[in-house]
Amino acid sequence: MCRSKNAGPFEVTIDIAFADRETYEKVKASGVVCAQLIAERYSVAVGDVIFTAYDAGLAFKATIPRAVSAGDFGDTDVYGCQQHALLLDVELPV
Amino acid sequence: MSNFRMLSTSGLLGYGFPEESLRNGLARDPHMIGVDGGSTDPGPHYLGSGKTLNSRRAMKRDIKLMLIGARAHHIPLVIGSCGGAGGEPHLQVVADIVRELAREEKLNFKLALIHSEQDKQWVKDRRAAGKVRALRGVPELADDAIDKAERIVGMMGSEPFMAALDAGADVILAGRSSDPAPWAGGAMRDQCAPAPSWYSGKLLECGATAAWPKGHDCLLVEVNAGGIVVEATNPIRFCTPNSVAAQSLHENPHPHLHQEPGGMLDTTDCTFTAVSDRAVRVEGMQWRPDDVYTVKLEGAQLLGHRAITICGTRDPGLIAQFDSFLESVRENVSTKASAFGVAPEDYRLNIRVYGRDGVMGAREKVKQTLSHELGVVAEVIADDQETANDVLAMARPQLLHVDFPGRLCKEGNMAFPFSPSDISCGPVYRFNVFHVVQLDDPLSIFPIEYESL
Repeated sequence: MCRSKNAGPFEVTIDIAFADRETYEKVKASGVVCAQLIAERYSVAVGDVIFTAYDAGLAFKATIPRAVSAGDFGDTDVYGCQQHALLLDVELPV
Repeated sequence: MSNFRMLSTSGLLGYGFPEESLRNGLARDPHMIGVDGGSTDPGPHYLGSGKTLNSRRAMKRDIKLMLIGARAHHIPLVIGSCGGAGGEPHLQVVADIVRELAREEKLNFKLALIHSEQDKQWVKDRRAAGKVRALRGVPELADDAIDKAERIVGMMGSEPFMAALDAGADVILAGRSSDPAPWAGGAMRDQCAPAPSWYSGKLLECGATAAWPKGHDCLLVEVNAGGIVVEATNPIRFCTPNSVAAQSLHENPHPHLHQEPGGMLDTTDCTFTAVSDRAVRVEGMQWRPDDVYTVKLEGAQLLGHRAITICGTRDPGLIAQFDSFLESVRENVSTKASAFGVAPEDYRLNIRVYGRDGVMGAREKVKQTLSHELGVVAEVIADDQETANDVLAMARPQLLHVDFPGRLCKEGNMAFPFSPSDISCGPVYRFNVFHVVQLDDPLSIFPIEYESL
């Protein structure tokens, strides 16, 4: 699963979750999915990325500031639910 | 109480749910039924304008079934963030539906309305006293922002729900509430521990989202001594350890730390165990009370009025030079609007291009447009609707007729799907208050009104 959603109107949160522990652990050990990756893909400073690996949920979570607050002039995605797409071509070592 | 069961009908009041799922849920003898009524998710328009997100008709259908079920089983019906944004107009729409249903269905009960709209002077006083802080990415609160907000709501915690239940309310309609708070309040009032009570609320506020396949449907949670057991009441949906764990990630900046009014729900050490092929036990959640009790404030200010038009092109010659084409459009609009008395600083024109970067905006990494079609949404925002309409009406013919090198489509650049093509969208808002305020008493700013129906 790879999805995004508002976490309040000023942030977007992206979840990457795996169906089994083996794949999750392999990806986690590779270090590919990290704050730096999110910062590059979304053109934000690494310091603005809250990145967490969530072992119990076999998932990674990254939260970044929105370019524009939800629904403000110039916003493209009020629910923030299509912002995951910049990660879909990341190569994972599985 | 050792086992406290709560039934949620969906993720949002008015989304609908299968009647059979409600019947299955009620057959499990829940102690409380409810649904989350709102969110900031649909954007600032609803808080600003006072309009409800879902239609009155859709909300009435859901409430009718829930109310009849709740009265038949003598259990409380609790709805938080009524009408979407949870302001006074939103709460009153839902209260009106409930009063109407009481008459139509000849039901008698005690209704509690918990108000959440805040007095601006009180917010200013708290700010001046240093009791307000900004959330991440939000500017510090200024009195000017407070004045500009159309309305400001406070997001209540579990305490007002407990107070209304203590007072014997059968139906509780609340203004803006933390999504899990109604459920946490119901369970804690029944002597359940805070951690599983709040965790159950996190699941229940989203209806059957914690199950697979996802859908707008009912969820049953039992809080007991060891933790909670969660299950969808529709036999086609299954809660699995993965589906329930994934729900913990939902709409929150951090996967296992959830700030709530009065404390932090920590799910770091949670374990998820299948108790059947469709129910999951969650244990190990912790609740850490805050030293200082805080709630969130939300406010929205008017930005102006919007008009839009939608069109598209299938002309490869135009698609190949779209940026310079749009530049010409902008220049022409500026010249022509100035000619009829609207200066460039009196409006904002935004031309969204779908098939290129309409979804990602400036964050789009794909710079080469490969689409054979491009969709355009041209948008004008101005102080008043008439100005927005007038400038948009000038942008439309520029999109249609502006010339470009090598142009073959000399009769028109854009396909417009609608007549009329220009759409007045009304007032536009932005969130301008998204701050945390300290409270001395969790109940003080959420007055409760009771009425017998």
